[in-house]
Amino acid sequence: MPSSSSTSRSSLTGWLYVSPLVGVLVPFFLAPILVVLAASFFGSDGFGGLTPGFTLANYVEVLHSALTLKLYLATIKFTVLTWIFTLLIGFFVAYFLVFHVRNQLLAIGLFLLCTVPFWTSNIIRMISWIPLLGKEGLINAALISTGVIRQPLEVLLFSDLAVVIAYVHQLTIFMIVPIFNAMARIDKRLIEAAIDAGASRFDILRLIVVPMAKSGIALGSIFVVSIVMGDFFVVKVMSGGGSASVVSAFYEDVGVLQYPTAAASAVLLTLVLVAIVSLILRSVDIRREITR
Amino acid sequence: MSAVVVDNPEQGISARKAIAPSRGKRPWTFYVLASLFTAYVLALYGPMFCIYILSFQDVRGGLVFPMKGRSLHWFIDLFTQVRTGDVKGSFDRSIKLAVIVTIITVVISFLAGLGFRRRFKGDSIVFYMMIGSLVAPGLVLGLGTGLLFQALGLSPAWYSSALGAQLSWTLPFGVLVMFAVMSRFNNAWDEAARDLGASRWQAIRLVMIPVLAPGLVAVALFGFTLSYDEFARTLQTAGSLNTLPLEIWSMTLNVTSPSLYALGTVTTIVSFVVIGVSLGSIVLIQKKRGAQKIKG
Repeated sequence: MPSSSSTSRSSLTGWLYVSPLVGVLVPFFLAPILVVLAASFFGSDGFGGLTPGFTLANYVEVLHSALTLKLYLATIKFTVLTWIFTLLIGFFVAYFLVFHVRNQLLAIGLFLLCTVPFWTSNIIRMISWIPLLGKEGLINAALISTGVIRQPLEVLLFSDLAVVIAYVHQLTIFMIVPIFNAMARIDKRLIEAAIDAGASRFDILRLIVVPMAKSGIALGSIFVVSIVMGDFFVVKVMSGGGSASVVSAFYEDVGVLQYPTAAASAVLLTLVLVAIVSLILRSVDIRREITR
Repeated sequence: MSAVVVDNPEQGISARKAIAPSRGKRPWTFYVLASLFTAYVLALYGPMFCIYILSFQDVRGGLVFPMKGRSLHWFIDLFTQVRTGDVKGSFDRSIKLAVIVTIITVVISFLAGLGFRRRFKGDSIVFYMMIGSLVAPGLVLGLGTGLLFQALGLSPAWYSSALGAQLSWTLPFGVLVMFAVMSRFNNAWDEAARDLGASRWQAIRLVMIPVLAPGLVAVALFGFTLSYDEFARTLQTAGSLNTLPLEIWSMTLNVTSPSLYALGTVTTIVSFVVIGVSLGSIVLIQKKRGAQKIKG
């Protein structure tokens, strides 16, 4: 057993190693969050200046506005829809790669094929839907030429549908990677044993694969939920200005220099986000899962 | 797994029911899921390839198919026209910034990976601060950083406030990748080096860095690409000079010509080159090791 002096020394070494990380996170994560928190209690002079003080007026304004409820409902709608689709696609893509592709090298190659777009620009991937979904886009052209519709569908681009498509397109990868990792760690002998004991393939999915992939699902969900709730440019561009989310409204507030109300709304959003993330974290010890 | 199946006297039944039989007929779910996978990959790459193709139109070109002519008009337009903004300058800044972010991310993530090998008092605080930095809305963090600089009387610039804001995004990813890499590192190797008289620095330089090299390349890949494409955190912190994603953002709002697609093609080529070099060097390192193992 290590003596207390050696634990304090190893604590010191540990802190020494992470000190550069802390040196970045304190000024560029902790301090900005605290600044936004402080600004949410400040008054505004109406010209973009902040007047230091303590007022709850910004929160009252945000909470009393009928718009706030609308924005949150829209944000939650986008989040839930995106979460469902990314989870379903991500889970089955990972399941296919781990349990159906026999050649392991091929599985890793296909996995990389899925991850490459993650390392390219999100904005470019988003606008790349324009030639497909637009009024004169490929999908409308194909539907018209096959005679399914006569008039081009306008709901494809610059609509809520386009927003969800863009989200799912960008974020499914955040589900695939952690679920793939979790599934790849499942001992194949366990599945053999289940088969020998007479389990059907659906039983195996339900009783072995899903429970053991839970940590991956939780991690992926944290990514997807926090990115969708914190996003504004997909909503702004893909809805054509027709929809708004909490953060896109925040962006407009900042644009007209309404810092205190924007800050109050940001603090509320952060609280909601923290609540959701900690709810997910209760189901899985993320630290143990990641470092294992 | 195949051994288990072969040794099983009821091989026929087992192989038929197995989730991924190594031999024999594939289950029907294979075909369903293979179609799903193919559809996913097509949807993933299809739209991107559409804009690459459309960026090679001539001067009559529009934002949708059919393709009108073939030329490099919009690429030349992109780098010579003033009305599309300062593409060249922002491109230059983005590359420089990404290189700086990559170097800092690799060094700090590596050190943090070493630190998190053993639990220490207060390590959870650092860990959850990192997770917080990862999930916090980028625009909110960017605004906070911008206001902070304003309050301190500093003027925001791409090499100061934007650099820090991007690090708050790349470092959590870098450290998470390091966690995955370190979980495969056997601490006995490090201890053996120390027992043989290596100093802490020698053990890191001569044992850990060579063993962890592929992982460090992966961290660099994350650092470069996440910085090069970063948008939300940079928006309020870049100061008066744009980075490339900010330039693209302003173009999506007011440019409706294929030069937008041309910019998309150019920036994606850069991304693909970086991804290719990174993955290629990882494969090369692994291959070299395999060869040494056979020789040794």
